Amino acid sequence: MGLAKRIIPCLDVDNGRVVKGVQFVEIRDAGDPVEVAKRYDQQGADEITFLDITASSDNRDTIVHVVEQVASQVFIPLTVGGGIRKVEDVRQMLNAGADKVSINTAAIHNPEFVRQAADLFGSQCIVVAIDAKKVSADNEPNRWEIFTHGGRKSTGIDAINWAIKMESYGAGEILLTSMDRDGTKIGFDLELTRAVADAIKIPVIASGGVGELQHLVDGVKQGHAQAVLAASIFHFGQHTIEEAKLAMQQQGVEVRL
Amino acid sequence: MSRKQIVVVDYGMGNLRSVAKAAEHVANQSADILVSQNPQDIANADAVIFPGQGAAKACMQALKDTGMMQPVIEAAETKPFLGICMGLQVLMTYSDENQGIECLDVIPGLVKKFDETRFPELKIPHMGWNQIHQTQDHPLWHGIVNSSRFYFVHSYFVKPKLDHYAIGTTEYGETFTSAIAHNKLFAIQAHPEKSADAGLQLLKNFIHWNGA
Repeated sequence: MGLAKRIIPCLDVDNGRVVKGVQFVEIRDAGDPVEVAKRYDQQGADEITFLDITASSDNRDTIVHVVEQVASQVFIPLTVGGGIRKVEDVRQMLNAGADKVSINTAAIHNPEFVRQAADLFGSQCIVVAIDAKKVSADNEPNRWEIFTHGGRKSTGIDAINWAIKMESYGAGEILLTSMDRDGTKIGFDLELTRAVADAIKIPVIASGGVGELQHLVDGVKQGHAQAVLAASIFHFGQHTIEEAKLAMQQQGVEVRL
Repeated sequence: MSRKQIVVVDYGMGNLRSVAKAAEHVANQSADILVSQNPQDIANADAVIFPGQGAAKACMQALKDTGMMQPVIEAAETKPFLGICMGLQVLMTYSDENQGIECLDVIPGLVKKFDETRFPELKIPHMGWNQIHQTQDHPLWHGIVNSSRFYFVHSYFVKPKLDHYAIGTTEYGETFTSAIAHNKLFAIQAHPEKSADAGLQLLKNFIHWNGA
Protein backbone atom coordinates (compact mmCIF):
# COMPACT_ATOMS: atom_id res chain seq x y z
CA MET A 1 0.00 0.00 0.00
CA GLY A 2 1.15 3.53 -0.58
CA LEU A 3 0.11 6.87 -1.94
CA ALA A 4 -3.51 7.06 -3.12
CA LYS A 5 -4.51 8.47 -6.49
CA ARG A 6 -6.60 11.58 -5.98
CA ILE A 7 -10.03 12.56 -7.25
CA ILE A 8 -10.59 16.29 -7.48
CA PRO A 9 -13.95 17.89 -8.27
CA CYS A 10 -13.63 21.28 -9.94
CA LEU A 11 -16.07 24.12 -9.40
CA ASP A 12 -16.42 27.16 -11.62
CA VAL A 13 -17.18 30.21 -9.53
CA ASP A 14 -18.57 33.42 -11.00
CA ASN A 15 -19.11 36.39 -8.69
CA GLY A 16 -19.05 34.13 -5.66
CA ARG A 17 -21.55 31.59 -6.96
CA VAL A 18 -20.99 28.11 -8.37
CA VAL A 19 -22.02 28.08 -12.01
CA LYS A 20 -22.41 25.50 -14.79
CA GLY A 21 -24.95 23.81 -12.57
CA VAL A 22 -24.41 21.62 -9.59
CA GLN A 23 -27.20 19.37 -8.44
CA PHE A 24 -27.41 17.48 -5.20
CA VAL A 25 -30.78 16.30 -4.00
CA GLU A 26 -29.84 16.94 -0.38
CA ILE A 27 -28.68 20.53 -0.47
CA ARG A 28 -30.77 23.64 -0.44
CA ASP A 29 -28.56 25.97 -2.38
CA ALA A 30 -26.50 24.35 -5.11
CA GLY A 31 -25.00 27.70 -6.05
CA ASP A 32 -23.35 28.21 -2.69
CA PRO A 33 -19.67 27.20 -2.91
CA VAL A 34 -19.54 26.34 0.79
CA GLU A 35 -22.49 23.96 0.56
CA VAL A 36 -21.14 22.30 -2.56
CA ALA A 37 -17.62 21.96 -1.13
CA LYS A 38 -18.98 20.43 2.08
CA ARG A 39 -20.93 17.90 0.08
CA TYR A 40 -17.89 16.85 -1.92
CA ASP A 41 -15.84 16.64 1.25
CA GLN A 42 -18.45 14.32 2.76
CA GLN A 43 -18.34 12.17 -0.37
CA GLY A 44 -14.60 11.76 0.08
CA ALA A 45 -13.12 14.25 -2.38
CA ASP A 46 -9.33 14.32 -1.95
CA GLU A 47 -9.07 18.01 -2.80
CA ILE A 48 -11.32 20.68 -4.25
CA THR A 49 -10.40 23.10 -7.02
CA PHE A 50 -12.14 26.42 -7.52
CA LEU A 51 -11.81 28.15 -10.83
CA ASP A 52 -12.72 31.81 -10.59
CA ILE A 53 -14.27 32.80 -13.91
CA THR A 54 -15.43 36.22 -12.74
CA ALA A 55 -14.85 38.50 -15.71
CA SER A 56 -14.44 41.77 -13.87
CA SER A 57 -11.27 42.22 -11.87
CA ASP A 58 -13.27 44.59 -9.63
CA ASN A 59 -14.84 41.55 -8.05
CA ARG A 60 -11.63 39.81 -6.99
CA ASP A 61 -12.55 40.13 -3.34
CA THR A 62 -15.54 37.88 -3.86
CA ILE A 63 -13.45 34.77 -4.51
CA VAL A 64 -11.26 35.61 -1.52
CA HIS A 65 -14.35 35.65 0.65
CA VAL A 66 -15.49 32.31 -0.83
CA VAL A 67 -12.13 30.72 -0.05
CA GLU A 68 -12.24 32.05 3.52
CA GLN A 69 -15.69 30.62 4.06
CA VAL A 70 -14.87 27.23 2.58
CA ALA A 71 -11.54 26.95 4.39
CA SER A 72 -13.17 27.44 7.76
CA GLN A 73 -15.51 24.51 7.20
CA VAL A 74 -13.82 22.08 4.84
CA PHE A 75 -10.54 20.51 5.96
CA ILE A 76 -9.05 19.07 2.81
CA PRO A 77 -6.67 20.81 0.37
CA LEU A 78 -8.16 23.67 -1.63
CA THR A 79 -6.79 24.98 -4.91
CA VAL A 80 -7.81 28.28 -6.47
CA GLY A 81 -7.23 29.21 -10.08
CA GLY A 82 -8.29 32.02 -12.38
CA GLY A 83 -6.77 35.47 -12.43
CA ILE A 84 -3.63 34.64 -10.44
CA ARG A 85 -1.21 37.09 -12.05
CA LYS A 86 1.13 38.41 -9.42
CA VAL A 87 2.78 37.50 -6.15
CA GLU A 88 0.21 39.53 -4.26
CA ASP A 89 -2.61 37.42 -5.74
CA VAL A 90 -0.90 34.25 -4.51
CA ARG A 91 -0.38 35.67 -1.04
CA GLN A 92 -3.98 36.82 -0.85
CA MET A 93 -5.34 33.38 -1.75
CA LEU A 94 -3.03 31.52 0.63
CA ASN A 95 -3.91 33.91 3.43
CA ALA A 96 -7.58 33.33 2.73
CA GLY A 97 -7.04 29.62 3.31
CA ALA A 98 -6.18 28.19 -0.11
CA ASP A 99 -3.45 25.54 -0.04
CA LYS A 100 -2.45 25.92 -3.66
CA VAL A 101 -2.96 28.37 -6.46
CA SER A 102 -3.18 27.44 -10.08
CA ILE A 103 -1.34 29.71 -12.51
CA ASN A 104 -2.21 29.55 -16.17
CA THR A 105 -1.90 32.47 -18.60
CA ALA A 106 0.36 34.51 -16.34
CA ALA A 107 2.96 31.73 -16.49
CA ILE A 108 3.03 31.98 -20.28
CA HIS A 109 3.36 35.77 -20.30
CA ASN A 110 5.90 35.77 -17.49
CA PRO A 111 7.49 32.41 -16.58
CA GLU A 112 9.61 34.18 -13.94
CA PHE A 113 6.41 34.70 -11.97
CA VAL A 114 6.25 30.94 -11.37
CA ARG A 115 9.81 30.89 -10.11
CA GLN A 116 9.20 33.91 -7.91
CA ALA A 117 6.02 32.45 -6.41
CA ALA A 118 7.64 29.06 -5.81
CA ASP A 119 10.65 30.66 -4.13
CA LEU A 120 8.48 32.77 -1.87
CA PHE A 121 5.74 30.35 -0.94
CA GLY A 122 7.18 26.93 -1.74
CA SER A 123 6.64 24.64 -4.71
CA GLN A 124 3.98 22.72 -2.80
CA CYS A 125 1.46 25.49 -3.36
CA ILE A 126 2.22 26.33 -6.98
CA VAL A 127 0.21 24.47 -9.61
CA VAL A 128 0.82 25.37 -13.23
CA ALA A 129 -2.22 24.84 -15.43
CA ILE A 130 -1.54 23.82 -19.02
CA ASP A 131 -4.24 23.96 -21.68
CA ALA A 132 -3.00 21.80 -24.52
CA LYS A 133 -4.27 20.93 -27.97
CA LYS A 134 -2.98 18.41 -30.45
CA VAL A 135 -1.41 20.15 -33.44
CA SER A 136 0.13 17.18 -35.29
CA ALA A 137 -1.61 15.54 -38.21
CA ASP A 138 -2.73 11.92 -37.89
CA ASN A 139 0.25 10.58 -39.83
CA GLU A 140 2.77 12.60 -37.82
CA PRO A 141 4.25 11.90 -34.39
CA ASN A 142 2.09 13.37 -31.63
CA ARG A 143 2.66 17.00 -30.81
CA TRP A 144 0.66 19.25 -28.52
CA GLU A 145 0.84 22.99 -28.06
CA ILE A 146 -0.28 25.33 -25.35
CA PHE A 147 -3.38 27.35 -26.12
CA THR A 148 -4.87 30.34 -24.35
CA HIS A 149 -8.26 32.07 -24.45
CA GLY A 150 -10.21 28.89 -23.82
CA GLY A 151 -8.35 26.99 -26.52
CA ARG A 152 -8.77 29.56 -29.29
CA LYS A 153 -5.33 31.12 -29.36
CA SER A 154 -2.18 29.17 -30.07
CA THR A 155 1.07 30.13 -28.39
CA GLY A 156 3.31 27.86 -30.46
CA ILE A 157 4.78 26.44 -27.25
CA ASP A 158 5.24 22.67 -27.09
CA ALA A 159 3.21 21.28 -24.17
CA ILE A 160 5.73 18.69 -23.00
CA ASN A 161 8.68 21.08 -23.14
CA TRP A 162 6.60 23.63 -21.29
CA ALA A 163 5.78 21.15 -18.50
CA ILE A 164 9.49 20.34 -18.15
CA LYS A 165 10.31 24.04 -18.05
CA MET A 166 7.65 24.78 -15.44
CA GLU A 167 8.95 21.94 -13.28
CA SER A 168 12.42 23.47 -13.44
CA TYR A 169 10.95 26.87 -12.49
CA GLY A 170 9.55 25.38 -9.30
CA ALA A 171 6.00 24.28 -10.10
CA GLY A 172 4.89 21.64 -7.61
CA GLU A 173 2.25 20.12 -9.80
CA ILE A 174 0.85 20.32 -13.33
CA LEU A 175 -2.88 20.61 -14.03
CA LEU A 176 -3.09 19.35 -17.59
CA THR A 177 -6.24 20.01 -19.59
CA SER A 178 -6.82 18.71 -23.08
CA MET A 179 -8.70 21.46 -24.90
CA ASP A 180 -9.62 18.89 -27.56
CA ARG A 181 -11.45 16.86 -24.95
CA ASP A 182 -12.75 19.52 -22.56
CA GLY A 183 -16.55 19.30 -22.47
CA THR A 184 -16.73 16.31 -24.84
CA LYS A 185 -17.33 13.59 -22.21
CA ILE A 186 -15.34 11.10 -24.32
CA GLY A 187 -12.46 10.77 -21.87
CA PHE A 188 -9.03 12.29 -21.27
CA ASP A 189 -6.47 12.62 -24.04
CA LEU A 190 -4.51 9.69 -22.60
CA GLU A 191 -1.54 10.03 -24.94
CA LEU A 192 -1.08 13.64 -23.93
CA THR A 193 -1.47 12.83 -20.25
CA ARG A 194 1.02 9.98 -20.39
CA ALA A 195 3.53 11.96 -22.46
CA VAL A 196 3.55 14.77 -19.89
CA ALA A 197 3.37 12.56 -16.79
CA ASP A 198 6.30 10.44 -17.97
CA ALA A 199 8.40 13.49 -18.82
CA ILE A 200 8.40 15.13 -15.37
CA LYS A 201 8.96 14.21 -11.72
CA ILE A 202 6.16 16.33 -10.27
CA PRO A 203 2.58 15.04 -10.15
CA VAL A 204 0.17 15.54 -13.05
CA ILE A 205 -3.55 16.13 -12.61
CA ALA A 206 -5.44 14.97 -15.71
CA SER A 207 -8.35 17.12 -16.82
CA GLY A 208 -10.76 17.54 -19.71
CA GLY A 209 -13.25 15.09 -21.13
CA VAL A 210 -14.50 12.92 -18.28
CA GLY A 211 -17.94 11.51 -19.08
CA GLU A 212 -17.95 8.25 -17.16
CA LEU A 213 -16.14 6.55 -14.30
CA GLN A 214 -13.98 4.41 -16.54
CA HIS A 215 -12.37 7.58 -17.87
CA LEU A 216 -11.06 8.37 -14.41
CA VAL A 217 -9.56 4.88 -14.11
CA ASP A 218 -8.00 5.22 -17.56
CA GLY A 219 -6.46 8.58 -16.66
CA VAL A 220 -4.53 6.91 -13.88
CA LYS A 221 -3.78 3.51 -15.38
CA GLN A 222 -3.12 4.50 -18.98
CA GLY A 223 -2.42 8.21 -18.59
CA HIS A 224 -0.10 7.76 -15.58
CA ALA A 225 -1.74 10.72 -13.83
CA GLN A 226 -1.44 11.04 -10.04
CA ALA A 227 -4.80 12.75 -9.81
CA VAL A 228 -7.91 13.15 -11.93
CA LEU A 229 -10.08 16.22 -12.10
CA ALA A 230 -13.70 16.31 -13.24
CA ALA A 231 -16.68 18.60 -13.06
CA SER A 232 -19.96 17.67 -14.70
CA ILE A 233 -19.84 13.93 -13.94
CA PHE A 234 -20.09 14.86 -10.25
CA HIS A 235 -22.09 18.07 -10.45
CA PHE A 236 -25.18 16.58 -12.01
CA GLY A 237 -25.46 13.72 -9.57
CA GLN A 238 -24.49 11.23 -12.28
CA HIS A 239 -21.91 9.79 -9.90
CA THR A 240 -20.62 10.45 -6.41
CA ILE A 241 -16.95 10.73 -5.58
CA GLU A 242 -17.29 7.54 -3.59
CA GLU A 243 -18.60 5.64 -6.62
CA ALA A 244 -15.65 6.90 -8.59
CA LYS A 245 -13.26 5.67 -5.93
CA LEU A 246 -14.89 2.26 -5.77
CA ALA A 247 -14.59 1.94 -9.54
CA MET A 248 -10.92 2.80 -9.31
CA GLN A 249 -10.34 0.42 -6.43
CA GLN A 250 -12.04 -2.45 -8.28
CA GLN A 251 -9.49 -2.02 -11.03
CA GLY A 252 -6.56 -2.06 -8.70
CA VAL A 253 -6.03 1.67 -8.23
CA GLU A 254 -5.18 2.67 -4.69
CA VAL A 255 -7.62 5.28 -3.33
CA ARG A 256 -8.59 6.83 -0.01
CA LEU A 257 -11.94 5.37 1.05
CA MET B 1 -11.35 28.28 35.31
CA SER B 2 -9.90 30.02 32.33
CA ARG B 3 -9.86 28.30 28.99
CA LYS B 4 -6.85 26.48 27.71
CA GLN B 5 -4.54 28.72 25.67
CA ILE B 6 -3.15 27.12 22.56
CA VAL B 7 -0.63 29.11 20.57
CA VAL B 8 0.08 28.54 16.89
CA VAL B 9 3.63 29.76 16.32
CA ASP B 10 3.80 32.37 13.58
CA TYR B 11 7.33 32.87 12.29
CA GLY B 12 6.33 33.89 8.81
CA MET B 13 6.51 30.46 7.21
CA GLY B 14 3.46 29.03 5.62
CA ASN B 15 -0.21 28.88 5.91
CA LEU B 16 -1.05 29.23 9.58
CA ARG B 17 -4.59 30.14 8.87
CA SER B 18 -5.51 26.58 7.88
CA VAL B 19 -4.01 25.19 11.05
CA ALA B 20 -5.69 27.80 13.24
CA LYS B 21 -9.05 27.34 11.55
CA ALA B 22 -8.97 23.58 11.92
CA ALA B 23 -7.92 23.87 15.57
CA GLU B 24 -10.71 26.36 16.25
CA HIS B 25 -13.17 24.06 14.53
CA VAL B 26 -12.36 21.08 16.75
CA ALA B 27 -11.79 23.12 19.93
CA ASN B 28 -15.38 24.26 19.61
CA GLN B 29 -14.92 27.05 22.18
CA SER B 30 -13.21 24.74 24.69
CA ALA B 31 -9.83 26.39 24.10
CA ASP B 32 -8.52 29.69 22.79
CA ILE B 33 -6.45 29.39 19.64
CA LEU B 34 -3.98 32.24 19.29
CA VAL B 35 -1.75 32.76 16.28
CA SER B 36 1.22 34.63 17.65
CA GLN B 37 4.60 36.08 16.79
CA ASN B 38 5.28 36.97 20.40
CA PRO B 39 7.76 34.79 22.34
CA GLN B 40 5.95 35.70 25.56
CA ASP B 41 2.73 34.14 24.26
CA ILE B 42 4.58 30.88 23.63
CA ALA B 43 6.04 30.98 27.13
CA ASN B 44 2.55 31.52 28.57
CA ALA B 45 0.76 28.97 26.39
CA ASP B 46 -0.70 25.75 27.76
CA ALA B 47 0.12 24.02 24.51
CA VAL B 48 1.91 24.94 21.29
CA ILE B 49 1.31 24.09 17.65
CA PHE B 50 4.36 24.51 15.45
CA PRO B 51 3.52 24.40 11.74
CA GLY B 52 5.88 25.02 8.88
CA GLN B 53 6.15 25.01 5.13
CA GLY B 54 8.76 25.69 2.53
CA ALA B 55 12.45 25.02 2.86
CA ALA B 56 14.36 24.10 6.04
CA LYS B 57 16.90 26.89 5.63
CA ALA B 58 14.23 29.56 5.29
CA CYS B 59 12.41 28.14 8.31
CA MET B 60 15.53 28.18 10.47
CA GLN B 61 16.32 31.71 9.33
CA ALA B 62 12.77 32.85 10.09
CA LEU B 63 12.96 31.32 13.58
CA LYS B 64 16.16 33.25 14.23
CA ASP B 65 14.89 36.51 12.74
CA THR B 66 11.69 36.46 14.75
CA GLY B 67 13.39 35.51 18.01
CA MET B 68 11.25 32.41 18.15
CA MET B 69 14.01 29.82 18.23
CA GLN B 70 14.59 29.65 21.97
CA PRO B 71 10.89 29.87 22.95
CA VAL B 72 10.07 27.07 20.49
CA ILE B 73 12.85 24.82 21.83
CA GLU B 74 11.69 25.45 25.39
CA ALA B 75 8.08 24.74 24.53
CA ALA B 76 9.05 21.56 22.69
CA GLU B 77 10.86 20.32 25.79
CA THR B 78 8.33 21.33 28.41
CA LYS B 79 4.71 21.51 27.24
CA PRO B 80 2.28 19.72 24.95
CA PHE B 81 3.72 20.49 21.55
CA LEU B 82 2.54 19.55 18.08
CA GLY B 83 4.96 19.89 15.17
CA ILE B 84 3.50 19.72 11.67
CA CYS B 85 5.35 19.03 8.40
CA MET B 86 8.41 21.34 8.39
CA GLY B 87 7.58 21.81 12.06
CA LEU B 88 8.62 18.17 12.48
CA GLN B 89 11.72 18.34 10.30
CA VAL B 90 13.38 21.35 11.95
CA LEU B 91 13.13 19.61 15.34
CA MET B 92 15.86 17.24 14.22
CA THR B 93 19.62 17.78 14.44
CA TYR B 94 20.49 18.32 10.80
CA SER B 95 18.74 18.45 7.43
CA ASP B 96 20.24 17.66 4.05
CA GLU B 97 18.02 20.29 2.42
CA ASN B 98 19.63 23.47 0.97
CA GLN B 99 23.11 21.87 0.86
CA GLY B 100 22.76 21.01 4.54
CA ILE B 101 21.53 22.99 7.52
CA GLU B 102 21.76 22.72 11.30
CA CYS B 103 18.32 22.42 12.86
CA LEU B 104 16.95 22.73 16.39
CA ASP B 105 18.26 19.38 17.67
CA VAL B 106 15.32 18.83 20.00
CA ILE B 107 15.16 15.25 18.71
CA PRO B 108 18.48 13.70 17.65
CA GLY B 109 18.30 12.65 14.06
CA LEU B 110 18.60 13.61 10.41
CA VAL B 111 16.39 14.82 7.59
CA LYS B 112 16.91 13.03 4.27
CA LYS B 113 15.53 13.34 0.77
CA PHE B 114 13.55 10.57 -0.89
CA ASP B 115 16.03 8.53 -2.86
CA GLU B 116 15.35 9.21 -6.53
CA THR B 117 18.09 6.89 -7.72
CA ARG B 118 16.75 3.93 -5.79
CA PHE B 119 13.13 4.67 -6.66
CA PRO B 120 13.17 6.43 -10.04
CA GLU B 121 9.43 5.91 -10.53
CA LEU B 122 8.49 7.99 -7.50
CA LYS B 123 7.02 11.42 -8.00
CA ILE B 124 8.64 14.03 -5.78
CA PRO B 125 7.23 15.79 -3.78
CA HIS B 126 5.35 12.99 -2.07
CA MET B 127 2.00 14.71 -2.45
CA GLY B 128 -1.39 13.33 -1.53
CA TRP B 129 -3.08 10.89 0.83
CA ASN B 130 -0.97 8.13 2.32
CA GLN B 131 -1.33 5.79 5.27
CA ILE B 132 0.21 6.28 8.67
CA HIS B 133 0.82 2.99 10.43
CA GLN B 134 0.70 3.51 14.17
CA THR B 135 3.79 1.67 15.41
CA GLN B 136 3.22 2.63 19.06
CA ASP B 137 0.18 3.62 21.10
CA HIS B 138 -0.17 7.30 21.83
CA PRO B 139 -3.00 9.46 23.22
CA LEU B 140 -2.99 11.46 19.97
CA TRP B 141 -3.86 8.33 17.96
CA HIS B 142 -7.00 7.88 20.05
CA GLY B 143 -10.08 7.38 17.86
CA ILE B 144 -8.03 7.18 14.65
CA VAL B 145 -8.18 3.85 12.87
CA ASN B 146 -4.70 2.41 12.38
CA SER B 147 -3.32 3.02 8.88
CA SER B 148 -5.71 5.90 8.21
CA ARG B 149 -4.75 8.16 5.35
CA PHE B 150 -3.40 11.66 5.92
CA TYR B 151 -2.50 14.41 3.47
CA PHE B 152 1.23 14.80 2.81
CA VAL B 153 3.31 17.29 0.82
CA HIS B 154 7.06 16.96 1.24
CA SER B 155 10.31 15.87 -0.40
CA TYR B 156 12.34 15.20 2.76
CA PHE B 157 11.63 12.95 5.74
CA VAL B 158 13.03 12.46 9.23
CA LYS B 159 15.29 9.71 10.48
CA PRO B 160 15.38 9.86 14.27
CA LYS B 161 18.57 8.47 15.75
CA LEU B 162 16.69 6.24 18.14
CA ASP B 163 13.92 3.97 16.92
CA HIS B 164 11.71 4.54 19.92
CA TYR B 165 10.95 8.12 18.85
CA ALA B 166 9.06 6.81 15.83
CA ILE B 167 5.38 6.22 16.51
CA GLY B 168 4.10 6.25 12.95
CA THR B 169 5.49 5.07 9.64
CA THR B 170 4.49 5.50 6.01
CA GLU B 171 5.57 3.80 2.79
CA TYR B 172 6.75 5.76 -0.19
CA GLY B 173 9.33 3.71 -2.00
CA GLU B 174 10.87 2.98 1.37
CA THR B 175 9.29 3.04 4.83
CA PHE B 176 9.89 6.37 6.53
CA THR B 177 9.04 7.82 9.93
CA SER B 178 5.93 9.96 9.55
CA ALA B 179 5.27 10.69 13.23
CA ILE B 180 7.46 10.94 16.29
CA ALA B 181 6.78 11.39 20.00
CA HIS B 182 8.91 12.13 23.02
CA ASN B 183 7.54 13.18 26.41
CA LYS B 184 5.01 15.96 25.66
CA LEU B 185 6.13 16.40 22.08
CA PHE B 186 4.31 14.92 19.12
CA ALA B 187 5.24 15.76 15.55
CA ILE B 188 3.82 14.58 12.28
CA GLN B 189 4.96 14.86 8.67
CA ALA B 190 1.42 15.01 7.27
CA HIS B 191 -0.97 17.94 7.54
CA PRO B 192 -3.70 17.07 10.06
CA GLU B 193 -5.42 20.38 9.27
CA LYS B 194 -5.95 19.12 5.72
CA SER B 195 -6.59 15.45 6.47
CA ALA B 196 -10.36 15.46 6.88
CA ASP B 197 -11.76 13.38 9.77
CA ALA B 198 -8.53 11.60 10.76
CA GLY B 199 -6.64 14.88 10.91
CA LEU B 200 -9.37 16.69 12.82
CA GLN B 201 -9.46 13.86 15.36
CA LEU B 202 -5.72 14.19 15.88
CA LEU B 203 -6.02 17.94 16.42
CA LYS B 204 -8.90 17.38 18.82
CA ASN B 205 -6.85 14.84 20.74
CA PHE B 206 -4.02 17.33 20.96
CA ILE B 207 -6.22 20.14 22.24
CA HIS B 208 -7.50 17.92 25.04
CA TRP B 209 -4.14 16.35 25.83
CA ASN B 210 -2.31 17.28 29.03
CA GLY B 211 0.92 15.73 27.84
CA ALA B 212 0.68 12.59 29.92
